[in-house]
Amino acid sequence: MEALLEVKDLKKHFPVSNHIPFKKSTQSVKAVDGVNFKVYPGETLGIVGESGCGKSTMARLVNQLIKPTSGEVNFKKKNLIEMDARTLRATRKKIQMIFQDPYASLDPRLKIGELIAEPLVIHNVGNKESRRERVEELLETVGLNKRYAARYPHEFSGGQRQRINIARALALHPELVICDEPVSALDVSVQAQVINLLKKLQKEFNLTYIFISHDLNVVRYMCDRIAVMYLGKIVEIGTYEEIYSNPRHPYTKALFSAIPKENPFEEKERIILKGQVPSPLNPPSGCSFHERCPFAVDICKTTVPKVVTPENTHQVSCHLIN
Amino acid sequence: MSEPILSVKDLQIEFKSGSIVTKAVNGVTFSLNENESLGIVGESGSGKSVTATSILRLIPNPPGKITGGEIIFKGKNLLTLSNREIREIRGNEISMIFQDPSTSLNPVFTVGNQIIESIRTHKAVSKKEARELAIKMLELVGIPAPEKRIDMYPHEFSGGMRQRVMIAIALSCDPKLLIADEPTTALDVTVQAQILNLMKELQAKLNMSIIMITHDLGVVWETCDKIIVMYAGRVVESGTVAELYKNSLHPYTWGLLDSQITESQNNLKPLATIPGSPPDLSFEVKGCPFVERCPYAQTVCFEKTPQLMEPTKGHAVACHFQTSDQKLERKEDAYFDGSTT
Repeated sequence: MEALLEVKDLKKHFPVSNHIPFKKSTQSVKAVDGVNFKVYPGETLGIVGESGCGKSTMARLVNQLIKPTSGEVNFKKKNLIEMDARTLRATRKKIQMIFQDPYASLDPRLKIGELIAEPLVIHNVGNKESRRERVEELLETVGLNKRYAARYPHEFSGGQRQRINIARALALHPELVICDEPVSALDVSVQAQVINLLKKLQKEFNLTYIFISHDLNVVRYMCDRIAVMYLGKIVEIGTYEEIYSNPRHPYTKALFSAIPKENPFEEKERIILKGQVPSPLNPPSGCSFHERCPFAVDICKTTVPKVVTPENTHQVSCHLIN
Repeated sequence: MSEPILSVKDLQIEFKSGSIVTKAVNGVTFSLNENESLGIVGESGSGKSVTATSILRLIPNPPGKITGGEIIFKGKNLLTLSNREIREIRGNEISMIFQDPSTSLNPVFTVGNQIIESIRTHKAVSKKEARELAIKMLELVGIPAPEKRIDMYPHEFSGGMRQRVMIAIALSCDPKLLIADEPTTALDVTVQAQILNLMKELQAKLNMSIIMITHDLGVVWETCDKIIVMYAGRVVESGTVAELYKNSLHPYTWGLLDSQITESQNNLKPLATIPGSPPDLSFEVKGCPFVERCPYAQTVCFEKTPQLMEPTKGHAVACHFQTSDQKLERKEDAYFDGSTT
């Protein structure tokens, strides 16, 4: 199958000030450091990892909210990075984003109707009347009353606000929706409602999702394929069965073993990782995980592991495989 | 069984804003034994944090006010103590750790300063002794190179390390009761596992009781002996963790359990959800507070507020049916409606 999105060797290095005026900084934080993956039409790719591993930076790189240092982002075979501003803007209509914090992502001074119509106004779609109709249609799609268009964000709960965000993301008939921790700020029962809605909309409009989350249970439920990130790199990627039933990378194993118990009787074997994610300012040599890896051997300290493919679509970067 | 270390009886807390009075906590009753850990779970706004902060009398007044009930700690009613007396207990016999480790430390003092402050407030020790004790505390909570770390500022610590510092401060005076308000919500799963492990270890070592407030049932299964489920300012069910998981009785607890995503969850089937949202507590709630969202509701539920009763010893529930003879049958698909949106 043809990939909808193909990311090749994507890098984003943020320069860090050295506190010397007029001197160019030499150090940089390697937030995303050589990432490769594909997303196929109609699927959900989950991206998991601890805070600071570069998940959100990657989401912003994919729709060019920030410019990468190098690499390619090919959407339908066209590289977004080389596009001129006008084509990029037209292409971006097809790539929308849902953010984490439903309290920060809606302008408190705009009515819900105006908020949802904003993308339509920006891209010059339709006239006032047709936009109003589209807003009502969208509100109903996400399970809200169409009369809510005349209200302000503060009148809504977290779950309802997230529905409004979803309606706004769908306004321009996107093909790819990037969800950056869309349910992390919500209560369990509301979280389930929003997840169900996202699943339903995916079927209805044939959407492709990139789903970023640190909640491994949510990712397990939502995603067809999963990528595990550590310090700006993807350490393991594969289908949901491959990753959950047969994790190969020691970091993935540790991550899954840290999920809290499902019931009070479960006995879980834990791989408790020592220490914390090293600073991306000055990542360890060799495999960036070797300092915390319980299985590390000498080669891990010196050589960056290559990507190996133990099963068909399953890719791992670790010296210890095979 | 010995006398419980803490018992809360019929606690009532109101918040006043203009002429609107919100009853955030309405008749909460529970007790906690020595060396026991209790989980309080519920949605946002269910009153779990307010209940816990009221134990230390940290509710800002105004707007908040404890209007009724009693909190008995080691035989003393904390609500009738003078400010001086409660300060003796706060941070000394009962300590608290908060959700967000990045805002609960003061950025302009070193962590050592902040631990020493708490020690010197409650113990008559010299600065030097306090510093030594602070280093020991940092070591206890698993911070590497504590002699060096003690002179660092909070911004030089990661989220997990800051939460460890908070725990060190909280434990520096050997409290008998530790209240943890969502201690791991802001942390990553791997760090959460570290911190929960640490708390369990320290509990065994220091022989203290823990109240763990969380909205994550997984955290309760990990760490607690007993659990209370709160809804709209009331306790709807309480019991031991094992009992509640196996034989839960309240429809709200069923909904909470059902909407957890588990390993066996088929990802083609929609998730269970509890429809609607909790009632607005600034109006008087008539009948059972859960009635609007309950798939089992009947006429009586709209008219009478159910009281918390114990159908079996040690397992209490507030539901008209579960405490009478005509028990409800838990339907497997009660919280799966086709139109989940």
